[in-house]
Amino acid sequence: MSTALRQAWTIARKDLRCELRAASGIITMVLLGFLVVLVFSFSLDPGTRDSALARSGVLWAAFLFPGLIAVGRSFEGEKEVQCLEGLLLCPVERTVIYLGKLISSAILALASGFLVLIFFTVLYNVGIGLPWLALLGVIVLVALGLSAVGTLSAAITVSVRARGALLTIIVLPLLVPLLIAAARCSVSLLGQDPWGGLSFWPIMMVAFDVIFLAVGVAIFDFVVE
Amino acid sequence: MEPSRQRSLGGWRDYGRGKWGLPAIAPTPGLGALAALAMIFATIAALWWAPTEKTMGDVQRLFYFHMPSAWIALGPAFTCVFGFSIAYLAKRSLKWDRYAAAAAEIGVIFTTITLITGPLWAKPVWGVYWTWEPRLTTTLILWFIYVGYLLLRWVAPPGHKRARLVAVYGIVGWIDVPIVFLAIWLWRTVHPRLLGSGGFNIDPAMLRVLLLCLGAFTLLFLYLLFVRVRMMETSARLDALTAAHEEGEGR
Repeated sequence: MSTALRQAWTIARKDLRCELRAASGIITMVLLGFLVVLVFSFSLDPGTRDSALARSGVLWAAFLFPGLIAVGRSFEGEKEVQCLEGLLLCPVERTVIYLGKLISSAILALASGFLVLIFFTVLYNVGIGLPWLALLGVIVLVALGLSAVGTLSAAITVSVRARGALLTIIVLPLLVPLLIAAARCSVSLLGQDPWGGLSFWPIMMVAFDVIFLAVGVAIFDFVVE
Repeated sequence: MEPSRQRSLGGWRDYGRGKWGLPAIAPTPGLGALAALAMIFATIAALWWAPTEKTMGDVQRLFYFHMPSAWIALGPAFTCVFGFSIAYLAKRSLKWDRYAAAAAEIGVIFTTITLITGPLWAKPVWGVYWTWEPRLTTTLILWFIYVGYLLLRWVAPPGHKRARLVAVYGIVGWIDVPIVFLAIWLWRTVHPRLLGSGGFNIDPAMLRVLLLCLGAFTLLFLYLLFVRVRMMETSARLDALTAAHEEGEGR
């Protein structure tokens, strides 16, 4: 298992290095997240802007745009430079490729989510403390679930035309349970009683991540034969 | 076309001509006639035989089409997509891919009917078109998942690769359904419900009509499934013949 994880990490590191060298992709993603925060602010009056419900909506919309781009890029980049075949010829299990891509897109989504959270914190005067750290934890769980479902879906859509929009359309409905749980967590964490409304929602997110990680590992072989 | 040539196309059954020299599109005329008769009876039963509901009035008659549509879509149709997707991945026969696709198409149509008749019924009875009740919301999300499935099918080039990819999505989508329902149910039960569940003790006469409608819709589902699969087979066969013809001309 440790060998598999090491191999997966090698693939993830290669992807992340590509992303860092051609930094325009990451910058575009993060700026898109910032713009969503900004544009949503115009639709909220100063009074409603402070409500935990409105803030959660802004946060998750701003997280999802760059996050979906992050999962799309994991296979898009390979396709553009005709490296997909090369990657599939690697003497590793197919599951390792899935895990590698999952790790790299989760790190990308998490990184852009972190920057979006900081931008959001400043613009909406969110207090920094333990609830804020917990919110970061929620972002980690969403990034994981998004990547587990997204990497599988990106591998499905990679050989299809109009894949960008299609990927979003097939990923978002699947993510609904995770997004409901995440929104419930953030409404609680951004509100007056940060820990009161959490109840079982964090467990639900962990369960979603574990289930779709297992499904992805089990079924990925069929996607890239 | 010589017989040898036909064999080289591989596995296509020649349906030839049906009765009275008509093209044999309808795979099971008996089932078709039965489904048509049942649907006519169901319509008459829903509109005339069923007693008028005391408080809701005639609009409640939508229920006899609304509930069977929901049953077809969420029960047999989407379960078939899941089952046939697994069957394809196990057997690698495009036959199962066509069955999964046909079931998804029928499922999306009946989900659409459910989502249209639901608000039409809810507006006069509840005063609103929509409430974020678990069953409603899950139905809407299912509609998105299976429209996504059909869209994926539509844009991918046909063949075994497409069959494999959509089969994976068909399986993952089905696994998501109970989780979606659970999440929405937990979300809505934590919050106070604005409206009652709308449940009512059903009158025996109404129950008889409902059962008739359920039976009729199930027959209709089976018939549509077979017809759609036959259409897809015919279409694939035509494509294969066209390709063979063009290849022949090129020589």
